[in-house]
Amino acid sequence: MATMAFNRALPEIKTDPTNQPFFDGARAGKLLIGKCNDTGKFFWYPRGCSPFTLSNNIELVEAKGTGSIYTFTVMRTKEPYCVAYVELDEGIRVFTNIVDCDLDSLKIGQKVKLVFKPTQGDGPPAFMFTPA
Amino acid sequence: MSTNGKGYIVGAFEHPTRKADNTSVAQLHAEVAYGALQDAGISKDDVDGFFCTGAAPGLGPLNMADYLGLTKLKHLDSTDMGGCSYVMHVGHAVEAIALGKCNIALITLAGRPRAEAMATGTAPRSWGVNVPDDPFEIVYGRTVANAYALCAMRHMYEYGTTSEQLAWIKVAASHHAQHNPHAMLPKVVTVEDVVNSPLVSDPLHRLDCCVISDGGGALIVTRPEIAKSLKRPLVKVKGHGEATKNQNAGYTDLTYSGAVWSGPRAFEEAGVTPKDIQYASIYDSFTITVLIQLEDLGFCKKGEGGKFVADGNLISGVGKLPFNTDGGGLCNNHPANRGGMTKVIEAVRQLRHEAHPKVQVPGCTLALAHGTGGLLGTRHGSATVILERE
Repeated sequence: MATMAFNRALPEIKTDPTNQPFFDGARAGKLLIGKCNDTGKFFWYPRGCSPFTLSNNIELVEAKGTGSIYTFTVMRTKEPYCVAYVELDEGIRVFTNIVDCDLDSLKIGQKVKLVFKPTQGDGPPAFMFTPA
Repeated sequence: MSTNGKGYIVGAFEHPTRKADNTSVAQLHAEVAYGALQDAGISKDDVDGFFCTGAAPGLGPLNMADYLGLTKLKHLDSTDMGGCSYVMHVGHAVEAIALGKCNIALITLAGRPRAEAMATGTAPRSWGVNVPDDPFEIVYGRTVANAYALCAMRHMYEYGTTSEQLAWIKVAASHHAQHNPHAMLPKVVTVEDVVNSPLVSDPLHRLDCCVISDGGGALIVTRPEIAKSLKRPLVKVKGHGEATKNQNAGYTDLTYSGAVWSGPRAFEEAGVTPKDIQYASIYDSFTITVLIQLEDLGFCKKGEGGKFVADGNLISGVGKLPFNTDGGGLCNNHPANRGGMTKVIEAVRQLRHEAHPKVQVPGCTLALAHGTGGLLGTRHGSATVILERE
């Protein structure tokens, strides 16, 4: 039986001064990820310090926007939706939704690609993924 | 310095209510505190250490010490790691006692999410202000239920764990709950009942989830000399461990919990191994919580939890590892959405040989209580204590 994803009403994302550049990127259609310049390693979620060294020698870099499903679950609410961790091709796993598909057809390991969905109010859009 | 044997649990009380329509949270704290003090045979004015969490009203110890009339406090601790805090507080209380910071510590928990009709597990919610991970998770509809379901799904993928195996955990809890007159769900259920109950968040069904209840509990911890002067059976704190686990900067691995760190710390301090444990209280917010913790605590190998819990292995008198003989969070109660307190209380009952006769582990002298607080699938706390009847 198919369970088509709804276009759920998304709450406004409450940003803060430190993560503002990430959400400016989202408004420009880019998924940015943290990069620690002390170690060369990517990190998630974006923050103002390196979780590896605690220094602020970091930058935001644009992710390719492709990856695969590490794990997922379908919330069986009145409007079902899929919560997932997607492993980006850059190697980090991001908390997200899988949308625009039959939620009953999803599999761990499945390839997915980036989409953006508007949120309520004037806030930035939310990055999500859909089967590639 | 080891704190093995430096503290004893001499008072324990679980509030009998499961829906507190007409009692405030502060009053529930008072009722459990009074119950634990009566159980220990100690007066309120002998309490000089107080432990609660951010779930207590106001600024925790400030407002609660006032309400409870605790005027002799010289050690206060409101460390909050969600539902496992109260397991952790037992360890912290022993540390404070061992260092001479206090002599008699009172730990309280109370809440009324059911009376307040809180959407505990299925509605997205933030746990505070200025939480740095919120902007990256709340919009995706992160809930308690789906944050655990993500772990269950991955465990099934990696190890072949099945819904039927998870269901056995609920079945075992229900076998115990039938003997508990206060249990919210005292009816014995079958594996079929669990897997045929509606899906909440794949692969977790309604009966894979714990109950939502009001109530609370309290514990009294004291030094050996005082414990030995009281009339209750001696329950010694032999070991304690705590840890946090999170997304590891994006290199997330959902197959294990912080119990891989808190467990060995507690076992090492206690000088015992998982094989020595006769009874275990294991945090059961969901069936998958139990399964992953059992593996991480060393009761079975990683990936073999499904096999371990199947066929009644957790049922007292039937299986090798009797667990949650009060019915646990899955069937009895989960006061204030925080199950750590009741985990310790049932372990104390077992060691005092005061559990229900139908579920009492004969001659129980060594027990473990373990909690997970927060969200297994994002970031959580783990706390383990090992208790011995002397």
